[in-house]
Amino acid sequence: MTPNTLTAHAILDLIKQKKLSAKDVFASVSAQIQKTEKDVHAYATIFDAPQIQENAAVPIPIAIKDNICIKGELTTCSSQILSGFKPPYDATVIQKLKASGAVFTGHANMDEFAFGSSTETSYYGPTRNPWNLACVPGGSSGGSAAAVAANEAIWALGSDTGGSIRQPAALCGVVGLKPTYGRVSRYGLIAFASSLDQIGPITKDITDAALLLNIIAGHDEHDSTSVDLPVPDYTKALRNDVKGLKIGIPKEYFIEGIDPQVKKSVFDAIAILKKCGATFEEISLPHTEYAVSTYYIVATAEASSNLARFDGIQYGLRRKPDHIRKTPLIDLYEETRDIGFGTEAKRRIMLGTYALSSGYYDAYYLKGLKVRTLIKKDFDEAFKKVDAIITPTSPTTAFKIGEKTNDPLSMYLSDIYTISANLSGIPAISIPCGLSKDNLPIGLQIMAKPFDEEMLFRIGFTFEQNK
Amino acid sequence: MNQQTQQFETVIGLEVHLQLDTKTKIFCGCANAFGHEPNTLTCPVCLGLPGSLPVFNKQVLEYGIKIGLALNCTVSSFIKFDRKNYYYPDLPKAYQISQYDMPVARNGFIMAPSQNGESKKIRIHRAHLEEDAGKLIHDDAANCSLVDYNRTGTPLMEIVSEPDMHSPQDAYEYLQMLKLTLQYLNVSDCDMEKGSLRCDANISIRPVGQTNLGTKTEIKNMNSFKAVKEALSYEIGRQESVVRSGGVIVQETRLWDENKQMTFSMRSKEEAHDYRYFPEPDLVPFTVSEQKIEEIKTALPELPLQKQARIKERYRLNDYDSFILVQDPLVAGFFEECVTLYPDAKKICNWITGPVLQELNAKKVPITELKLSPKNLTTLIQKVEEGVVSNLVGKDILKNILETGQDAGDIIQSQGLAQVSDDGALLKIVDELIKENEKVVGQIKAGEEKAIGFLVGQGMKKMQGKANPKKITELLKRRILDV
Amino acid sequence: MISKNDVKYVASLSRIHLKDEEVQALTQDLERILGYIKNLEKLDTSHVEPTSHVLPLKNVFREDIIKPSFSQQEALKISVEQQNGFFKVPKIIE
Repeated sequence: MTPNTLTAHAILDLIKQKKLSAKDVFASVSAQIQKTEKDVHAYATIFDAPQIQENAAVPIPIAIKDNICIKGELTTCSSQILSGFKPPYDATVIQKLKASGAVFTGHANMDEFAFGSSTETSYYGPTRNPWNLACVPGGSSGGSAAAVAANEAIWALGSDTGGSIRQPAALCGVVGLKPTYGRVSRYGLIAFASSLDQIGPITKDITDAALLLNIIAGHDEHDSTSVDLPVPDYTKALRNDVKGLKIGIPKEYFIEGIDPQVKKSVFDAIAILKKCGATFEEISLPHTEYAVSTYYIVATAEASSNLARFDGIQYGLRRKPDHIRKTPLIDLYEETRDIGFGTEAKRRIMLGTYALSSGYYDAYYLKGLKVRTLIKKDFDEAFKKVDAIITPTSPTTAFKIGEKTNDPLSMYLSDIYTISANLSGIPAISIPCGLSKDNLPIGLQIMAKPFDEEMLFRIGFTFEQNK
Repeated sequence: MNQQTQQFETVIGLEVHLQLDTKTKIFCGCANAFGHEPNTLTCPVCLGLPGSLPVFNKQVLEYGIKIGLALNCTVSSFIKFDRKNYYYPDLPKAYQISQYDMPVARNGFIMAPSQNGESKKIRIHRAHLEEDAGKLIHDDAANCSLVDYNRTGTPLMEIVSEPDMHSPQDAYEYLQMLKLTLQYLNVSDCDMEKGSLRCDANISIRPVGQTNLGTKTEIKNMNSFKAVKEALSYEIGRQESVVRSGGVIVQETRLWDENKQMTFSMRSKEEAHDYRYFPEPDLVPFTVSEQKIEEIKTALPELPLQKQARIKERYRLNDYDSFILVQDPLVAGFFEECVTLYPDAKKICNWITGPVLQELNAKKVPITELKLSPKNLTTLIQKVEEGVVSNLVGKDILKNILETGQDAGDIIQSQGLAQVSDDGALLKIVDELIKENEKVVGQIKAGEEKAIGFLVGQGMKKMQGKANPKKITELLKRRILDV
Repeated sequence: MISKNDVKYVASLSRIHLKDEEVQALTQDLERILGYIKNLEKLDTSHVEPTSHVLPLKNVFREDIIKPSFSQQEALKISVEQQNGFFKVPKIIE
């Protein structure tokens, strides 16, 4: 039996019927890891013999992105600078998962500090796309998406700052949800860009995403930016019914650079939803062309500050200089950070530092915050007219490993459809909507109003049932 | 004008960092306490561990507003926190959560009384909240530095004055008044030795008559008000001699060296300060309602100058006495309690500002920790005033009370300290005195009445201090002068 | 738009020691990225308020109540180097 190929809700049903044990499930996931991990390399760290509670509510094997703290387990953001770092505390989402009996398989590989869209910048080496090992899985939560796609985990947690859950989910043919900013606690998520980061589920289908969000969502007194709103039972939103829903298609998302196969696949999906009773209209999000610039200012500025603490003083990597260039202390900082960070991390730290530095703050950072206001307003306006917005998740299917590593800007532009949801804080989900001629998955993105994850589940579920 | 004869004016502004006495730190639930074993008051938040997030302590904002109001500031209705980015081993996140452009309070002032009795108005530019850093200890033997993160996250209020002071004495008086005001608010123990109150100074000189400010230096590492005065005096001299010898003042940070009594340039730290302030994304903004401000304002305690004015007026004390009494709110409170028990405020004041304060200064404890109650002190004063014991014996009894806490009446009784006022017993002594001091008696008879004091002294000696000197005087006069 | 000296200055602010070839490469990369970002200049934002938080949240406090802290051992477990209960770092010369 291969329970590792099943969804969590199927597994839970079988466990309830006593046809399956939690141990069996973990054993099959473990066996799969043995079999395919050497090719896929979805994990940064695989945990030893995790605890399995047979009577737990949700004893589902889950991979955790390497930037979410688990007490006593190596947590490195796939960076050399956090070598050996074992947090002395659990992230809030980890506490919640522990309470429901989830089984942690390991820390999933990622772009170093979530800086990337391909999982190639990991200190541990790239993750490969289970659909085609020559391709990237997307990123930065590429390890999480690949683990689920390769059946090396039933569920995974990712984090999404500019599309880092949705884009790899799209490229790996799984479901990935970025909840509304403030819906899931960030406590214990090693920050990339604090005002944009959200933890979210990566699963095989919509139902599993709802189940996992049920566990991790909710107010946390340790996170000032988490919202004290009741958490609905998201599985109740899983209705095969979109009748009367108005869905917007932003015209700015279907212009140059989009792979025609992606476009076709998304419009096929739209046709299915139309058949199910949804109505579609073209909308405009006029500031879309500024999203990438805005994002790369805001995100890197926050990152430059968030990553300053990795300086070789308290924990992680420390490099003692051989000879003194400036002072022993400054040399230690500068050489530790030179060796500890990869090229993309340095690039972003530098860009963010520059955007905040004296004389440039107004032109870059402040400007970015102002354009962010305009982008958010675009969505506020749009949601006065429509219940949801549908777009592609990524302009292309998975690209080849190495194809964009030397071209940071083109890598940044691959986030073009996902970034705006982070800038405006709204929830967005990517669901598989087809395959390219090369047999690579294509993802459909649905966006909704803040705290209306239920709308995403409803539309996603309807599409899943009727495709 | 000749540089040698040029007269200079000094301009001083002070930055005071005050640790707030909340139960917990500013952004986490670790105890805010001093003197614990190193690294025993930390958690993911104050250690700045990756993934940790700050949550603002409500009490800190209340204290901040309280201080702002006491310093006559405008309290902002909207405040936010910003990150100040710089690297130092005592700063675990490599940024300090502080307030950049929206501090809790701004545009205030305090009135600082000066030696000549006049008050000087020193304006407060702003006061903002921030987190303290950890503590660094330098281990020369092991050629390393050691970090204790217990202090990290201690709530701080930074109070920045305008450059309104023109002498070290001005600065000293400002600090005295500021500290006193803060002590009244009960928001900090204001102990410079423990580092709960720290002061940096910005100082510049300019030719008298010039309105533009000269280039300033920033003086750090002054560990007492006395040190502030000394460091500023030294720095004025240094700056003047630089300018007089044709040099220019370099804008820099200088450290006060207590032992050498000099300031030294801190060159190694002279890097461009580009703190890259930006709004702290991990904290949300805070609003302060008019109602909240009003509530805190109403609950403000009586402040030192108000208290002094009231005490002076109500108990008819002079400037000096009332000033001394309000230097410690607990002492002032003790005084006022005594006055409810015994009517002579001036007498009470003398006892308190004299022997009682002496004891406080010697023991360095608050008055509430003495074994002396207002009841006991006023009982003692009453006994002295009624002539039951002499002033001198009274002082001894006070010492006894301070040691044992025994009731004044009990001490007098058990040790038989009551003065003899009985004419019969005293007459015997007076006759002896007259017999033994014929010469003095002669002088008295000749009109030198002052000489009587000598005889009274001798008489007190014979009675081992237990006689009532008034009574002896009276009897001596009656016997010698027949009055 | 961005010079090698700018890059060196930003590197020193960021406490990253860059080798010469890294300075060269980063100058080029940042030049291109900043060139792209320049498109924001087309927008007039003089009357736009900045958004640093997307949520309208405010006044999120904690009560002043003591919670347990790490033991010294727990705190120092993560340290690179320790000595007598302290985190040990290179000697800081002032």
